[in-house]
Amino acid sequence: MIHTFTQNGYTLVLDVYSGAVHVVDEEAAELIRLYEHHGKDATLAEYLRAHPDADMAQMHAGLEQIEALKHLGKLYTKDSAVKEALTADKKPAQLKALCLNVAHSCNLTCSYCFASQGKYKGEQALMSYETGKQALDYLITHSGKRRNLEVDFFGGEPLLNWQTVKRLVAYGRSVEEQAGKRFRFTLTTNGMLLDDEVMAFCNKEMNNVVLSLDGRQEVHDRFRVDHLGRGSYERIVPRFQAFAASRSHRNYYIRGTYTRHNLDFLQDILHMADLGFTQLSMEPMVGDPQDPASLREEDLPILYEQYEQLAVRMLERYRQGQGFDFYHYLINLEAGPCLYKRLSGCGSGTEYLAVTPTGDLYPCHQFVGDPQHLLGTVWEGIRHPERQEAFRACTLSSRAECEDCWAKLYCAGGCAANAYHATGSIQGVYAFGCKLFKKRLESALMLQAALAQDRQQA
Amino acid sequence: MKISTLVTRDLGESLLSGGCGECQTSCQSACKTSCGVANQPCEQKDSK
Repeated sequence: MIHTFTQNGYTLVLDVYSGAVHVVDEEAAELIRLYEHHGKDATLAEYLRAHPDADMAQMHAGLEQIEALKHLGKLYTKDSAVKEALTADKKPAQLKALCLNVAHSCNLTCSYCFASQGKYKGEQALMSYETGKQALDYLITHSGKRRNLEVDFFGGEPLLNWQTVKRLVAYGRSVEEQAGKRFRFTLTTNGMLLDDEVMAFCNKEMNNVVLSLDGRQEVHDRFRVDHLGRGSYERIVPRFQAFAASRSHRNYYIRGTYTRHNLDFLQDILHMADLGFTQLSMEPMVGDPQDPASLREEDLPILYEQYEQLAVRMLERYRQGQGFDFYHYLINLEAGPCLYKRLSGCGSGTEYLAVTPTGDLYPCHQFVGDPQHLLGTVWEGIRHPERQEAFRACTLSSRAECEDCWAKLYCAGGCAANAYHATGSIQGVYAFGCKLFKKRLESALMLQAALAQDRQQA
Repeated sequence: MKISTLVTRDLGESLLSGGCGECQTSCQSACKTSCGVANQPCEQKDSK
């Protein structure tokens, strides 16, 4: 299977099953498309019928190159490796990551929050040290031979339970070596309680920090307000700037959410960059379709344009020595994940679990509070194995809609929570999200191709 | 006519060394609301 597209003046061919990417001109793209279904002689005949004045020598040279790439396994690659991976005798995936909801409480009241202002439709609560410690022990015990274990301190706002976070990090460090493990701690925060002491601790212990900022002040303050309705932009931006600088502008993300109120979200990403941030992420709001802030099908043309222009603007800034990274465009072509990873997806419910303040286990942070998806507790383990099995079975191959999709090895079938909220089934497909994902992927590939050409010419 | 091929990891060959599971869980890094599995670098230094 191949996917051919043109964006921002670059025409690319993605060979889906090998992962090869070719930068081509229009003539080559047409020949490659024809060859997929016609073979050499019929391709030549078809092409000449449409272009009677075509240069025959060039056509033959192009076809030879196409056949050479096919022979090398970089064009028209069959799905045999996917089939092999699916039938391989691999052990079931083991737990390796926890989203630790240390605070079901928040000092902001963002109405678009999927976690219902941090409370996940329940009572406000803080995780005790004992519950967190049990969660870390559960992770160690159930992670098999996995060495790298990830724990994200999440909420709500985790800094509302900061002393517990610090004690849990200390506990994790005290047991990891003997257990043959290495904890990678991360923290997701709105920044309201960020101070020098928190920054210094995070710089020592947190592999990554995710800092919530939606972009321009008027955009950020529309939703991200405190309990008195006051915007948080002016209070958090200087702290985030100091934090990023103190981490040498590495291992952090400024992460925003865009809604129907800022369809021109490119301006918000550029605003983040102008504030001096270089590691950026911006996610579309996922919410109730009846919410006026929710994105709609009719918004897609402008959203596509925003993603395309983002790639253009990033390229410009790279070339000016003022580049920044955008999470979804960081496609790692040379050393990215293996095919097994691309088939298994995010691991929600099996490799990845969310833990509530009282120790309940859910398949991921987006299912927290939904009794139908409660899996068990950190004290008793999995009490509903059939629910976990449903997530284990939720892979790329379980979604018929994905079978012919060219982007499937980059999303692994998509987010189970988004699918569930859109279709009522974790095996479903969140079609709107797929459209945005494909546009982001095309933009990412275009940017990678342009940067690779820049490097070649340098 | 131009066909320029970028350097990419061969997904078929990745079966030989892949599947160790040591790479980052995709949702942990920055998104929390979508699933992209191509961002995470492989943890194996000599991955093929």
